[in-house]
Amino acid sequence: MTTVATILGDVTPSYWQSTLLRVLIVGIVVPTGALVLAIAFLFKVMAWMQSRLGPYEAGPKGLLQLVAEVGKWLQKEDLVPQGADRIVFKAAPFVILASTFLLYAALPTGPDPAWATSLPTGIYFVLAVGSISVIGVLMAGWASANKYALIGGIRAAGQLIAYELPMVLAAVGVVVLSGSLNLQEIVMAQTQFHAFGDWGPALPFIVVQLPLFVVFMAAVQAELSQSPFDMPIAESEIVSGYQVEYSGFRFLVFFLAEFATAFGFAAIVSTLFLGGWYLPIGLDLDSPLWYVLGPIILFTKIMIVSFIVFWVRFSYPRFREDQLQKLAWKWMIPISLAWITVTSVAVVVWQ
Amino acid sequence: MTATVPDNQQLAYVAAKAADARVNVEFESEGMTLNIGPQHPATHGTLRIVAKLDGEQVVSCEPIPGYMHRGYEKLTEVRTYPQVTTLVNRLDWVGSFANEVPFILAAEKLMDVEAPPRAQHIRTILFEMSRLANIVLFLGDLGAQMGGVTAVFYGFRDREFVLNQIEAVTGGRFHPNFDRIGGIKDDLPKGWIAETKVAMDKVLAFCDQIEDLLIGNEIFQMRARGVGVIPADIALSYGLSGANLRASGVDWDTRRDNCAPGLVYDKVDWKVITHPDGDSFARCWVRLQEVRESAKICQQLLDTIPAGPIMAKVPRIIKVPEGEAYVETENPLGVMGYYVVSKGELTPFRVKIRTPSFNNISVVPWVAKGVYVPDVITILASLYFILGDIDK
Amino acid sequence: MSSSETATDTDTDAATAEAPLRDEGREATLAQVTEVFGDAIVGSHIRPGDDLWIRVVRDSWVDVHEFASRRLGCTYFSFLSGLDWLPSPFGRDMDSQEDIITQGTEAKELPPMTTGYAGGDTRFQVFSRLNSTSEAFGITFKTDLPDDDLSVRTLVPVFLGAAWHEREAREMFGFTFVGHPYPVNLYLPGAFEGHPLRKDFPLLSRRVKPWPGIVDVEPMPGDDSADGDGDAE
Repeated sequence: MTTVATILGDVTPSYWQSTLLRVLIVGIVVPTGALVLAIAFLFKVMAWMQSRLGPYEAGPKGLLQLVAEVGKWLQKEDLVPQGADRIVFKAAPFVILASTFLLYAALPTGPDPAWATSLPTGIYFVLAVGSISVIGVLMAGWASANKYALIGGIRAAGQLIAYELPMVLAAVGVVVLSGSLNLQEIVMAQTQFHAFGDWGPALPFIVVQLPLFVVFMAAVQAELSQSPFDMPIAESEIVSGYQVEYSGFRFLVFFLAEFATAFGFAAIVSTLFLGGWYLPIGLDLDSPLWYVLGPIILFTKIMIVSFIVFWVRFSYPRFREDQLQKLAWKWMIPISLAWITVTSVAVVVWQ
Repeated sequence: MTATVPDNQQLAYVAAKAADARVNVEFESEGMTLNIGPQHPATHGTLRIVAKLDGEQVVSCEPIPGYMHRGYEKLTEVRTYPQVTTLVNRLDWVGSFANEVPFILAAEKLMDVEAPPRAQHIRTILFEMSRLANIVLFLGDLGAQMGGVTAVFYGFRDREFVLNQIEAVTGGRFHPNFDRIGGIKDDLPKGWIAETKVAMDKVLAFCDQIEDLLIGNEIFQMRARGVGVIPADIALSYGLSGANLRASGVDWDTRRDNCAPGLVYDKVDWKVITHPDGDSFARCWVRLQEVRESAKICQQLLDTIPAGPIMAKVPRIIKVPEGEAYVETENPLGVMGYYVVSKGELTPFRVKIRTPSFNNISVVPWVAKGVYVPDVITILASLYFILGDIDK
Repeated sequence: MSSSETATDTDTDAATAEAPLRDEGREATLAQVTEVFGDAIVGSHIRPGDDLWIRVVRDSWVDVHEFASRRLGCTYFSFLSGLDWLPSPFGRDMDSQEDIITQGTEAKELPPMTTGYAGGDTRFQVFSRLNSTSEAFGITFKTDLPDDDLSVRTLVPVFLGAAWHEREAREMFGFTFVGHPYPVNLYLPGAFEGHPLRKDFPLLSRRVKPWPGIVDVEPMPGDDSADGDGDAE
């Protein structure tokens, strides 16, 4: 925050002023991120993959469709089912949204994190708050007083908890390589990472962590409840699962949370494996140009990762719950453990 | 003279409707009863399935049809024979020309009328095209049931080519109402044969695409292999037909084995495809291969349409002589048959419609014991039914 | 029992000769059944090259199906339903132009009740159809149900698929299938009274609004002259 202050002149903002600024920025960035992802991928890219045009009426070429969607959802009747537990039912979407907002607290977008603190426990914090959404899902599933919602909620609980482990383990490999839990340090480590000797540019961690990248991407897919892991919201069986009784503003919160989380997790993936806001373009790390380039580069990497996530979502059928669990416990965890061992040995041997 | 419905019957009817409409939401202590349907994205229409669950496993599963029962067998008793064609289009509404054919053939058998060769040829081509339209939709919808939504759009897009051709001849995409006793209604428009051949090529390309996208997909195979195995003797005992029977290893195809006079399958070179496994994957796979064979049949038939009249000499007002006839054909969904009883009048005396989906769905209680809830959807998807066909 | 080949031969024979068509395959099947069941076979009909109808006594209904399934190779259960031979007391519900042309406008009295192929002595009959998938032929079995006791034993022990067909026949005609595991309505809602496919159950849509007959094209909008010569109402 101090370097931003120097750019603005000799103004030192107080603690509350800078906090307010940060809250405002997060409050804008999170929905914007969700919006962009939804427009780009859910509507247009999905339509392109399915050889159709997508929404075309709202705005030029349908780009304002999400504005229309938001308006539509906001004006719907606010229903609470008769047998539902009212407080839990109403609180559930906001628990999930809270976990999404917390996610953005640890993301670095430039060398001197402009609006996020450089958390010493970065990745640990991120994975922990990512798990809060499980509580929200269970609350939604139980409080809806609907058997479909209950089935969806229980499936979600099983799935999300099962895939926490591969995610954590996959991140451990990166942590071992960079030597720190701090996300900013991880990016910095990738600016110095010359895996195959001192020649060539700095490489992102993906080149030596490809299996863990795949595992992490699959775990992200599962955490977001996207196909092929969308058992909790399996549309053709339990018709939206735990979200089935929600409409209007509350459903919008679910929708927003889903895409904002996708945006957030894509950012995490870019930071961990793809080098975050850094590109080895020969620009010195002290240059103030990074404050502009950093977010743009990060955004581009987020778009690429999201494209992969949604591409898999639109192409693959969904797993059955037991096959999903088998995949997590029998395949992803052993692979991650094996690769962590390999990484640790490599780190000791070559550094 | 008009008989009014008695009051108590009216009241009973309304009460029954209300009772059926109440969805069971109470929790029961032992196991859970889940109503899948009647409004549900997975069922092709208003089919209600009551599943008793133990966790995610199905203890018992009972389909309850009848939400779309229109009373066709009673309605045919007050329709003249040409009017029945219109009625019967709406049984299997995705491949609807195929519904008319066995009825028309039964009436022709009773009247001892044979359609001219050109009409028989075109009738067979349209019959196969309705099979294409139907099963291409099935393949697309298979993706939707499983969660791979992209396949749906490819299915609908490539089906349009076939529907365009059907519309060019008959004037209707979905309910052509084109078959007549003694022939067909109109002749082919100019340029239709060439365009249809192009459509057939597109359908074959679609088959390859779907094989890559869906049938060959590892997750689909994991979901479908070994799920819902129906052994051959059970399949025969329940009267399954079409691809469901052939996927259990029974080599029976009405087109080859007891083809009704009026269709020209003996002039075409084609194969009957079976699969020994009897699981959901086998059923889907057999249908995919049947689409390919069907497109090849169409291509061969398109090359050899004879010239001639399209309608035999039949009286303007059709009175079918007294007798009974049963004709079954290999419709897209299975074996469809009409048992027509005629008393020599303008209208049939009794028509029993043997619909394939009725038998196909009756096997669900047997096959869905002990499977998981997603597997029930897989089994239903692979058995493939159309509600209008079950619920005549 | 290659009845299809026999059929083609006899068809071509019939085209050239005056000898009546014979269907040796189906006649052999009928002979086999008659040999085992004797007097229980009360009627039969063969349409050469096409189909075989066998009418049995009610007590042998299940036995003849079992025989067909075990010995004749007819393991495929196609369908089961009922026939009501009473001529409809409501007439044909078609007081239309066509009827006036062909029948005249006098009131028609009810024709006598006649039954179909393989005969029949009663108003109600149950009929079923079995196929043989290996030999590609089928048999239609019929049996009479006495008017005071519309019941017959269930086929479910022989063919599992008969369950749904018997449920439908029960609700549509009022038959009782003795021993059926789950005799609950299939199509009709829970408390429906009456049996719709019986001829004396009215088709309510025609009672409410009689068939208008052939109605000619409606006049164009703005054109007052009434076209057409059909019975509009």
